[in-house]
Amino acid sequence: MTANVTTDVLVVGAGAAGMYAAIAASKGGADTVLVDKSLIGRGGATIMAQMTVAAAVAEQTPDHWTHHLRDTLASGRGLCNEDLAAILCEEAPIRIRELDAWKIGWAREDDHMKQVMAPGHGAERCVYVDFLNTGPAVAKTLRTRLGRADNLRRAGELTVTSVVVDAGRVVGAVGLNLETGGAVTIEAKAVILAAGGLTKLYRRNSASVNMGGDSYALALRAGAELIDMEFVQFFPIGHLAPRLVGMDPIMWDPFRYKLGGRLLNGDGQEFTHKYGHAETTDKYTAPRDVASFAILSEVAAGRGSPAGGAYLSFEHIPESDLRAAFGPVIDRLAANGIDLTKRGVEVAPIAHYHMGGVRVDGRMATAVAGLYAAGEAVGGANGANRLSGNALSEAFVFGERAGRFAAKDVAGRGSAWSEAAARPALDEIAASRHARDARPGPGLAAMLVELQELMWRDVGLLRTEAGLAGALARITKMRAEIGDHPDGSDHRFALSLQDWFDMRNSLLVAETIVLGAHIRTESRGAHQREDFARTDPAQEHNLVTRLADGELTVAPVPLVRKPFDLMHLEAAE
Amino acid sequence: MSPGTAKLRVQRGGPGDDPVFEDFEVPYRQGMSVLDALIWIRANKDASLAIRYSCTNANTCKECMVSVEGRTVYACTERLGTDRVSVGPLTNKRLLRDLVTDIVPPKEKLSALLDNGGD
Repeated sequence: MTANVTTDVLVVGAGAAGMYAAIAASKGGADTVLVDKSLIGRGGATIMAQMTVAAAVAEQTPDHWTHHLRDTLASGRGLCNEDLAAILCEEAPIRIRELDAWKIGWAREDDHMKQVMAPGHGAERCVYVDFLNTGPAVAKTLRTRLGRADNLRRAGELTVTSVVVDAGRVVGAVGLNLETGGAVTIEAKAVILAAGGLTKLYRRNSASVNMGGDSYALALRAGAELIDMEFVQFFPIGHLAPRLVGMDPIMWDPFRYKLGGRLLNGDGQEFTHKYGHAETTDKYTAPRDVASFAILSEVAAGRGSPAGGAYLSFEHIPESDLRAAFGPVIDRLAANGIDLTKRGVEVAPIAHYHMGGVRVDGRMATAVAGLYAAGEAVGGANGANRLSGNALSEAFVFGERAGRFAAKDVAGRGSAWSEAAARPALDEIAASRHARDARPGPGLAAMLVELQELMWRDVGLLRTEAGLAGALARITKMRAEIGDHPDGSDHRFALSLQDWFDMRNSLLVAETIVLGAHIRTESRGAHQREDFARTDPAQEHNLVTRLADGELTVAPVPLVRKPFDLMHLEAAE
Repeated sequence: MSPGTAKLRVQRGGPGDDPVFEDFEVPYRQGMSVLDALIWIRANKDASLAIRYSCTNANTCKECMVSVEGRTVYACTERLGTDRVSVGPLTNKRLLRDLVTDIVPPKEKLSALLDNGGD
C-alpha cells in the first residue's frame, strides 16, 4: 500500500536552505512538510561546514552590502546573475542577525560579532562559530526552530524520486520510503528543491553521501531549466595526506583565515605568485580558481608533494598561537598523527561546491509553476567562481525567500493532485521486486566509482575536447546500462533501490556538466579548458540546459545585469 | 598506502532472521576506517550491504554508529588494522537490516507525516 501525505508546501532537503525554507513557509501560513534522504538536519553539506559565512554586518569594520556585492561579482568572473547576487548580499546580514537572535553563538570579540578576512573579500566580513563548528551550530539552531514551528512536519530517510507536474503546475511528488522500500505520494501545491549540489560526482570531493545532483535532476525532469552547469568549484587545499579521520577535508581554510600559512610545492618553494597571485606568509588571499590551477600546474610540472598535491605549512607559527587559534582541534590533529609545528600537511584540489544549478527568479521560482529552489541547488548568484563564505549566506537567504514566496503562492489554492500524473513515478518504484536474497553484486555502487573517476579525469579541473567527448560517450552508455527501472532489491532499508534512483539522477546531471563544458570554448573561473586557455569576451553569457523528450539541450542566454552604486563608507576614511 | 588486507566479519540480516556472519577481505590503506572498508565492500563485493552514513569523513552527521567487537563506535573514526574485527548493528536499537538500526527520532520519520498509516 502506498503511503499518502498531503500538505501545502513540500521542501526537499533538510540542510540549511531546506530548513530555512520550511521555517519561512510555516511562518507564511502554509502547512509544510520537510523531507530528506538522510536524517533531518544531519545530511547534506551544511553540517559539514566548518568555515565562515560572508555577510556585511559591519560590526567589526565599516562595510556595506554593496561592497560584498562588488566582491561577489568580481569573483564570479563576469557571469553572476546580478539580481540574485544583490539579493544574497543585501539580505545576508538580516539572516545572520536572525540566527544570532536564535542563539546560534557566532564567535564574539569585545561587544561585537567577530569577522575574519577571507580570500576575495575587501573587508573583514566573515562570521563563524568556534571551533570549526559553524555548520553543526547552524544545523542545530535551525533544527530546534523546526520543532517550534506551526504546521510543520518532517521526515528523514524519504527519497523524493520525482516531482509530479500536471497541466504545467506542480501538484506534489513521489518518494521512496527507505525503511520499507515502499512508495509515498506527497500532494503539495508547491515544491521547494533544496537538496544541495553535485560534488559527489567527483572522485576527490568534500560531499556528503546524498550530494549526487538530485536537485538538478528533479528540476530538469519536472520541466525546469538549469544554468551555468559547467562551473564546478574545486576547493584548492582539500586535505590529501596523511589520512585524516573524523575531520572534514576542507578543514584547513579556517586555519588559513586566522594564521595565514604557507603554500609550498614539493621543493619547499612558494609558487602561487607564478600564476598571478603572490601571497605573503601571514595573509591568505589567493582566489580558489587561481590556487587550484596553481597547485595542479606545479604537480603537472613534476613539482608536487609526494601524494600529488602541495604542502600547507604552519611550521613558522609558534605553538601557542596555533593553540589559541584552534583550541581542541590541535588535539584531534594529534590523534591523527599530525603536529603542525613539526611538518606541513599535503593538500590538493577537491570538488567542493557547484556554482551552477536551477534557474530561478528573485522569488526562487523556476519556469514551472509551483516549483522553487533554494541554497546550492540554485544557480547563477555566484557566476563562474563562488566567493568564499557565500554558500551558507545563500542557503539562509534563498531558503527564507523560497519558503516565503512558496507560502504566498499556495495561499487559497486548492489541491490539484493527479494520480494519473503520479503513475509513472509510482510504477518505477513498484517495478523493483522485493527479494530478501537479492544480491546485486557491486552493481551501481561500482558504477558510481567509475563515474567519479571519469568526472575527475575528464570533466574536472582541466578539460579538453577529447576528454569531454569521451566522457559523454561513456555516460550515454551508462544511462543505457541502468535501464528504465530498478532491479530486485531487499526492501528492508532499501539502499540498493535508492542507488538506482541516485544513479539515474547522477548520470543525467553529469551529462549536463559535460555538455556545458563542451560548448564553453574558453577558460573562465572554475571552468578551465586546456585547448581554450583564454577568457573569451564573446562568451560573456550564461548557458541554460533543458530536458525535452529525453534529450538535453544547451543554449546561451544573456546575462542578468543590475547596476548598483557602491555605498561610501564614511568611517573608513 | 601500505600492502596488506583488512578483515571484517560483518553481521547480515533483518529483524527475525537468524543473523549470518559474512567475512570480507578489503585492501588495507594506511589510516583507513571501518566506514572506508564498508563503502569498499558495497562498491566491490556486495551492494546489498545495508549501512547508514552521510558526511562520510567529517564525523558530524553521527549517523554511522555500529558495534565493533561489541563496542559502540562511529564507523568513520574507528581505525582498522590488519587483525580481523567483527562489525554488527547497535544491539540496543530496533534492527532494520544488516548494520542499520532505527535511530530516527519519532517526530522525524515518515509516520509523523502520514494521512493513512501507509506501509
